[in-house]
Amino acid sequence: MTATTSTAPALEARDLHVTYPARRGRGPARAVDGVNLTVGAGEIVALIGESGCGKSTLARALVGLVRPTAGEVRYQGTTLRYSSKALKQFRRHTQLVLQDPGGALNPKQNVFDAVAEGPRLHGLRAGLGERVHDALSRAGLRPPEQFIARYPHELSGGQQQRVVIAGALALDPSVIVADEPVASLDASVRGEILRLILDLRESLSLSALVVSHDLGLAWNIADRVAVMYLGRIVEQGTVEDVLLHPQHPYTQALISVLPGTDVDPVLLRGEPPDPTAIPAGCRFHPRCQRFAALDEADERRALCTGRNLPVLPADEPGVACHLVDHSADPADPADHPELSALGDAMTSRRADNS
Amino acid sequence: MTAVVVASPPRLEGARRFAREFFRMPTAIAGLSILVVFTVLALSAPLFISGDDLDVTKATGGQLAPPGHGYPLGTDQPGRSVLLLLIWGTRTSLAIGVIATLLAMVLGSAVGLLAGHYQRFAGRALMHVTDWFIALPSLPLAISLSAVLGQGARSITIAIAVTSWTSTARLVRAQTLAVEARPFIERARALGAGNVQIMVRHVLPNVAPLILVSSTLTVAGAILSETTLTFLGLGNPTEVSWGTMINQAYTGSAVTRGAWWYLLPPGIAIVVVVLGFTMTGRAVEHILNPRMMTR
Amino acid sequence: MSLLEVRDLNVTYGADVRAVRGVDFALDAGQTLGMAGESGSGKSTVALSLLRLLPATATITGEVLLGGEDVLTMGWGRLRAVRWAEASIVFQGAMSALNPVRTIGEQIREPILLHEKVGIRAARERSAELLDAVGVPSRRMAAYPHELSGGQRQRVMIAMALACRPDLIIADEPTTALDVIVQAQILKLITDLVHEAKISMIMISHDLSVLADTCDRLAVMYAGRIVEIGDSRQLIEAPRHPYTKALSSAFPKIGDPASRLAPSGLPGDPPDPSAIGAGCPFAPRCPEVFDACSTREVELWPAGPPDSARESACLRVLPEFSEVPA
Repeated sequence: MTATTSTAPALEARDLHVTYPARRGRGPARAVDGVNLTVGAGEIVALIGESGCGKSTLARALVGLVRPTAGEVRYQGTTLRYSSKALKQFRRHTQLVLQDPGGALNPKQNVFDAVAEGPRLHGLRAGLGERVHDALSRAGLRPPEQFIARYPHELSGGQQQRVVIAGALALDPSVIVADEPVASLDASVRGEILRLILDLRESLSLSALVVSHDLGLAWNIADRVAVMYLGRIVEQGTVEDVLLHPQHPYTQALISVLPGTDVDPVLLRGEPPDPTAIPAGCRFHPRCQRFAALDEADERRALCTGRNLPVLPADEPGVACHLVDHSADPADPADHPELSALGDAMTSRRADNS
Repeated sequence: MTAVVVASPPRLEGARRFAREFFRMPTAIAGLSILVVFTVLALSAPLFISGDDLDVTKATGGQLAPPGHGYPLGTDQPGRSVLLLLIWGTRTSLAIGVIATLLAMVLGSAVGLLAGHYQRFAGRALMHVTDWFIALPSLPLAISLSAVLGQGARSITIAIAVTSWTSTARLVRAQTLAVEARPFIERARALGAGNVQIMVRHVLPNVAPLILVSSTLTVAGAILSETTLTFLGLGNPTEVSWGTMINQAYTGSAVTRGAWWYLLPPGIAIVVVVLGFTMTGRAVEHILNPRMMTR
Repeated sequence: MSLLEVRDLNVTYGADVRAVRGVDFALDAGQTLGMAGESGSGKSTVALSLLRLLPATATITGEVLLGGEDVLTMGWGRLRAVRWAEASIVFQGAMSALNPVRTIGEQIREPILLHEKVGIRAARERSAELLDAVGVPSRRMAAYPHELSGGQRQRVMIAMALACRPDLIIADEPTTALDVIVQAQILKLITDLVHEAKISMIMISHDLSVLADTCDRLAVMYAGRIVEIGDSRQLIEAPRHPYTKALSSAFPKIGDPASRLAPSGLPGDPPDPSAIGAGCPFAPRCPEVFDACSTREVELWPAGPPDSARESACLRVLPEFSEVPA
């Protein structure tokens, strides 16, 4: 396979802001409050956060369904314009997979129509049957003939999600944005759908941004992970670095509550965040366990409550915290020989493929 | 490797399924039979009823005679056979009912769909117009319209359509809002669909069952409205419909004369046809509803 | 005598949907049991049948002995007394289980007033205590469900379940719709409360690792039957049924190189309760299947040291099949 010539990332968010206007009784909601994020060619990036952090809004902004209030979305270096023509063109390259596959399919459309919809909308009528056939096979529904006449309610959750993925693949996109692709599926089916996403990366050099609340998903399929809180990315880097050596207190808390970890669970105080009332200074400080542990007299308290943190740049690992714990440095290869061997094997595999 | 190409599967699968379930319900079969009988009667009437049977000047029966040989339902004042009048009246009454409903459905669905889809300025404007029409009292409106447009079937049809489209509009708008909140609309947008495509390809098929059920019930109402309006004298007396029959029975003092055979048959015919439409409508709703709700 | 004993429970919906096909288990006072399974496994049906809360279309056979009395054949009056006062349920999806037009205070008071002979003042005090115990400030008693967050609503559900000091609490997917951190908070709350008051608990979930952390014993259900049961630590560390293995590897352990970029799952889908064939119901998807699996009927056989009360419904635990290659 020839080496990729473009150095621009497949999909990029540059200083993106999405603010929902004020409604009665509530102020404006800064759902995405300054985010730089890139998804490189052939890369899978996981965007992890809890509800209310803005990850779904960010995902939709990246596929052009939501217009940013400031900042821009770039596809392979070109800024996305919001005219209907530009958007339609963009849709051929970037597609969306949603959480609830049962709801994502029109109950009145059979599988053939559901998959053919994208091509039909873009005027690709020649060879439509073949396109649908290919898309269904690639999504793992084989033989496709068996499925085309069925309606969504006759399919299982896993099969429905494969149809949604096939519908996205029918347009030959280069980037897929998946919002909680396996959250509504049974545990035993989850692995198959995740494996499908990985296979698509191998076979079609698809890039993917997977949005989830599940850190295990990032461990399963992602190369890099970005943790989001209240509209900002608070930590990002390779999966090994962030999940094994988290530096931001929020990431540490998320990892500590996973069942089966050896760390004592950190149960954060307070409720999940509200984008209409973003705290001053570091937006995480009211719930932060490290802030709570600071002495009354500690001068760093003023930093956490008063000084805003800068938006992390997209292309390097980073942590947005005033109290970054530098003792937890990125993985020392000597500590985890099996992981570094794995990392080396993956890097060489990718080098072989390009 | 030979590529096995798939093609779009046959379209009528959904309709076939529906038909199978439909014919399993006794109420559905009963309702549909009634409608079929009356439709056949209406369409075939010209074959056995000539202009002479209806001509007041050519009537040959006794005046307001009770049922007897040759006249199974008796005669009216001029001496025409009530039975033949009844069958001929089916044409007018059904036609007015169906056409008025069709107009109301098309208008109401269009308004509802647009109002539900374009929620902000256009949608609110449309709903204000709808509310205005709802506030207008229907009977005086119908009477005024008929007065302006002249008496007869045409003005009655328009009057009924104008007063019954609003309930469909509200129903369709509510359903459009519900459908558009579902994830597959977002998916369609992500695939590149524009407004028209979303409304026609996605919202309409999901709203259509509701419109269908609503129509069958509206026809019933339209036929009753037709009767009311002609009874009140807005119809053309030379046309024969069930409404005019009741009207003429009333003005000709059929009751005081005990001529039940003139008054009852059109009334019973109306009840039976309305029942037919209602039973069919309920059956259709029953079949479509569980699927609409749970899927 | 065990607090709860279920014998040969069978539940059929309508004519042919066999949701539960012969389930037996026992629970002692103060013990916790986790029931793991996916959609169609029958776990929620088992939970609801313990208090006879299934719809009228369900046919139930077998025995559910709560404190020695069979719930399935109890008189109506006795059943109403048992419901909530001896066993209560924390339902899944707190938003729909709470009445949106009544305040949470009223909803917690309701079972107290129904079951105990106390006046409104005493009931109100008790509900304030309960709300404090679950971590919701008692001044929010006059709030409506929609004014609370998801985590707070679930806490209210737990307070309601504790209202009449039951001996047994059945928690049906208590944390499924919640965020990760709130989930951890709720689980900790439930385990603390249950241990303090020495209440028995049955917790139902699709997440095996969550159950392993919070319950003493674990039962894994598939296609209406228990396929493995035993001490939860042992079961997770050394599963003796291929389905248990698959479930526990579905949610990977972070840091485990075996699952890095290697998601594991099962082909196919959970079975349709109305279409289960002969032999082991898991055979079509099993990675360790062999010929006899599709013909021999399976039941729970001992699968560990004699005293361990560990059982598995896999042919491989039988001595005659233990050497069959995978």
